[in-house]
Amino acid sequence: MLSRDEKERIEAEAGRYPSRRAALSEALMIAQEARGWLGDEALADAARELGISSASAESVATFYELVYRLPVGEHVIQICDSVSCWIRDGESILDHLRERLGVELGGTTADGLFTLVPAGCLGLCEAAPAAMIDGEAYGGLTTEKLDAILDGIRGRKRGDAAQR
Amino acid sequence: MSVANIIVDGKPYSIEGAESKNLLEACLSLGLDLPYFCWHPAMHSVGACRQCGVKLYKDEADARGRIAMACMTPVVNGLRASIEDPEARAFRAGIIEWLMVNHPHDCPICDEGGECHLQDMTVMTGHVRRRYRFEKRTHRSQDLGPFVAHEMNRCIQCYRCVRFYRDYAGGKDLDVQGWHDSVFFGRTEDGALESQFSGNLCEVCPTGVFTDKVQASRPTRKWDLRTSPSVCPHCAVGCSTLPGERYGELRRVRPRYNADVNGCFLCDRGRFGQAFADSGDRLRHCLVKEAGGQVPAPREAAIAAARAALSKPGAIGIGSPRASLETNFALRSLVGADRFFVAISDGELALHRLMRDVLRAAGRRVASPREAELSDAVLVLGEDVWNGAPILALRLRQASRNAPNETAMREKRIPAWDDAALREAVQDRPGPFFVASPGPGPLDECAEASYRAAPDDIARLGYAVAAFIDPTCPAPEGMGEEREALARRIASALMRAKRPLVVSGSGLASAALVGAAAAVLSALVAAGQDARICLVFPEANSLGAAMLAAGGLESAARLLAGAPEPAALVVAEADLSRAAVRGDGPSLMALAVATIVLDHSPSATSREADLVLPAATLLEGSGTFLSFEGRAQRFIALRPCEFPVQDGWRTLDELAAPGREPRSLDGILAAIASELPELAAIVDAAPPSTFRMLGKKIPRGARRESGRTSMHANLDPRDPDPRLDPDSGLAYSMEGAIAAPPSLLSRYWAPGWNSDQSLHKFQSEVGGALRPSAAGEGAEIGARIFGGETGRAALRELAFGGAGAGAPGIPAAFARRGDALLVLPRRFAFGSEELSAKSPALATRIPEPRLFICPPDAARLGLTEGASAEIRFEGADSVPQVLRVAISDLPEGVAELPWGLPALPGAPLASWAAVRPSKEAAR
Ligand code: SF4
Ligand code: SF4
Ligand code: FES
Ligand code: FES
Repeated sequence: MLSRDEKERIEAEAGRYPSRRAALSEALMIAQEARGWLGDEALADAARELGISSASAESVATFYELVYRLPVGEHVIQICDSVSCWIRDGESILDHLRERLGVELGGTTADGLFTLVPAGCLGLCEAAPAAMIDGEAYGGLTTEKLDAILDGIRGRKRGDAAQR
Repeated sequence: MSVANIIVDGKPYSIEGAESKNLLEACLSLGLDLPYFCWHPAMHSVGACRQCGVKLYKDEADARGRIAMACMTPVVNGLRASIEDPEARAFRAGIIEWLMVNHPHDCPICDEGGECHLQDMTVMTGHVRRRYRFEKRTHRSQDLGPFVAHEMNRCIQCYRCVRFYRDYAGGKDLDVQGWHDSVFFGRTEDGALESQFSGNLCEVCPTGVFTDKVQASRPTRKWDLRTSPSVCPHCAVGCSTLPGERYGELRRVRPRYNADVNGCFLCDRGRFGQAFADSGDRLRHCLVKEAGGQVPAPREAAIAAARAALSKPGAIGIGSPRASLETNFALRSLVGADRFFVAISDGELALHRLMRDVLRAAGRRVASPREAELSDAVLVLGEDVWNGAPILALRLRQASRNAPNETAMREKRIPAWDDAALREAVQDRPGPFFVASPGPGPLDECAEASYRAAPDDIARLGYAVAAFIDPTCPAPEGMGEEREALARRIASALMRAKRPLVVSGSGLASAALVGAAAAVLSALVAAGQDARICLVFPEANSLGAAMLAAGGLESAARLLAGAPEPAALVVAEADLSRAAVRGDGPSLMALAVATIVLDHSPSATSREADLVLPAATLLEGSGTFLSFEGRAQRFIALRPCEFPVQDGWRTLDELAAPGREPRSLDGILAAIASELPELAAIVDAAPPSTFRMLGKKIPRGARRESGRTSMHANLDPRDPDPRLDPDSGLAYSMEGAIAAPPSLLSRYWAPGWNSDQSLHKFQSEVGGALRPSAAGEGAEIGARIFGGETGRAALRELAFGGAGAGAPGIPAAFARRGDALLVLPRRFAFGSEELSAKSPALATRIPEPRLFICPPDAARLGLTEGASAEIRFEGADSVPQVLRVAISDLPEGVAELPWGLPALPGAPLASWAAVRPSKEAAR
């Protein structure tokens, strides 16, 4: 069940477009926000709010990499696996992350702290290799820099970064 | 129509109607082979798959050219293109290699194998060696219910499935998921596909992702199927079908292209409903009633018994809206025209006759389904087209986009074939499309406005529309401001349109609705509009039966009761217990001295009969149905009859004239034409039995059919002689003519084109009519009996004539009668039609019977969702029904009861009833 506040926010988004379905991606993000991820029920609720089918909402939800259809950890690391980052040896950054966190792409650490997912180009090619953690962009990554960032994040709550 | 002169691979061609074609369509129409995936003849171009790449050249001097997608290239004068250019060929080979990267190459176990567009295109592009040697991405496929099997790993991401299911047919539960290398086409979870058009995915998908699950239970390759041109028996639209059999069993039903009726598609009732013909309980022997019940009897004895019963004067015949014109006519000839009745109530027959009269007066303005799709403004008056005439509904869905599409084409200069651009430009904006009905339905989402009301109020809206269009028409009084504004809005939309259409029918058993539709048509014609009308009949041959019968069941009972001596009753292919007749059905059989039933499937009626003569279904027999537009269409036997089963008409003709050889189909058709001049066109519905292509019959089997000589080896090791077909120009053989005229076409196949996409090789031009044969047969399938000038005065008289002549005229506003509810029939795509309901796959989709009532009525009557309600029909002496309640969006005072469900036979059509809570458990 969506909360009243969530419903109102979705309604407000829907009002901004000539067609309600245009607000779908915002609605999905709103429904995901409090839960951290978007379960089947939340997805169906958001779709119903806009008067569209679950299948149609699923189609959008599974297209965007910021919609998580499975539970994620406290912090989500999106590591770019696109061309510029690959040229700048992004693979070694990924390997380091895999090793340090002990998870594969798509996995969540046993302590539930980190989830590692790939991202198509983050638009930070000039600072490749790049990653985004809890919505905050990091460029020019080296293994040392990454370790420092992760050490800093450990213990911080999700959303803290965004509020700063 | 503009003509463009173009050059393809150095050869000049001139393309007619160029403005509405793209280069791919032009090339295919010219007979050139150019591979494609995402383009589809009914859904046009999106330019997604890149398979149709060709070289385009600026001018004569341009030697380099550039690669472009043929399906996205408008055909303009001076266009220069090359299909054969080496770079273009290499480009296409590269595309298919990419598309095939994840494909499992499992053709031998794939049900699409041998008729797969992907196989054909792979071979055509010359991609014969796989270089990709890494892991393939795999998917978990889903259980999509009883009709369609799913094997996602075979997908090549052409997006045709969702474009058909979601965009074209309005399905809500199938969509694309994922992105990048992992795109999935399916439902959010396992479960039966909800759309009643789901079966079309089998042909729409160019690979083996979606295949026919019923066929998969006994897999058969296309080349091993014998096929014959047939007609769907499950509603009055009369879609053209191509049933296929092997070992005498029906293996599948596919759409047969008919430009005027069903185009490329079928509904699931048509595709999966015909299994009734292979049901284990088929009537396959003559049965005679003895003290202990019915026992099998030799055919001669049964025929002798029938002759004895019929030797007494005054026998009565009951024909059927699901039997062919030939069978109905043969029975009429046997008993006499004034003693031939049809197995529906008198009231229903009167309504069907009114509809026939309106169509007759409308003449050439009776819309074919194709003409309905071309309309640019539509008013649906009461009829539930979605459930009653599914393919017409699919056509209307497309019609709702015509006006907005035309605007986008004009304002944004988008070509008619650019589907993605048009959908983007139009979004969900509906055109001038109006649906008036008691309850909501799937066509509402196409409508600019919907109107919820009781039938009489819907009729009043129609009459008000007519009066706005033609002020000389009387207008209903006391409409109220809001309704009047709606009527005015509809009237002006119909007047602005170039091709307006009004749709109604017998679904709500309301003559007022038919009258209102006639009024709207007559007003539009008076105003000089090029208007059309559709009136939906309930069954495959309802119109044909209405044209032959002297009356309905009550009249038959009166005649039988009043006869000086008890007489015999002959029932052809009908179950009297299904008709909406209160009290009279069973008594008809009780009044008769003996009841003879000819049918192919057992029913409450056949089980009570004194004598049962087994009849052919349309799979073993041939004949003609008259569709709702008055199109006579021939179905030709797929497999021979097994003794003693034979065509109903043949047995009846044998009974009519002892001593003479029963007539062939041609003989019966000639007799119908001479006795009933209005039906004379039925002779031309298909070529006669003497028809030959260059001296040869048309084979039902493919040229590479296997096992022909060994199929019956367990019975007789000798190669059997092919069975003879005395009724058509088709042979039970793999040998014979290569070509066939449109109405006898028994398969689509062309060298290099093994799938149904070979269709374009049989069309004059892509998306158009089938090519007329060299033998001089026309391009049209079937023959229309209506087509004269519109009798405007006659239409108007039918609309306003009052009692005795036509419709009752403008009805009074709907008013509740105390606590009683007006119970209307609700039809379901699955379950309301008698024969298809017997198909095992379809039976799983039949809904539970429920009484649908609106929240205020429920509250007033003390009923809640799922509660038991007792329904007592006014004037009915029968026991009250007890059903569970379903709360539904209906006008106050109106309820709906499922019509025709096997669990609910003989439900009344539109009848007042007292409804109250019941302590009894609902059935
Ligand atoms: S499932 Fe079939 S129709 Fe759909 S995208 Fe894949 S190949 Fe095309
Ligand atoms: S049931 Fe009607 S709409 Fe469906 S395939 Fe048969 S004739 Fe066509
Ligand atoms: S490729 Fe990594 S940010 Fe653009
Ligand atoms: S058919 Fe032209 S791009 Fe797919």
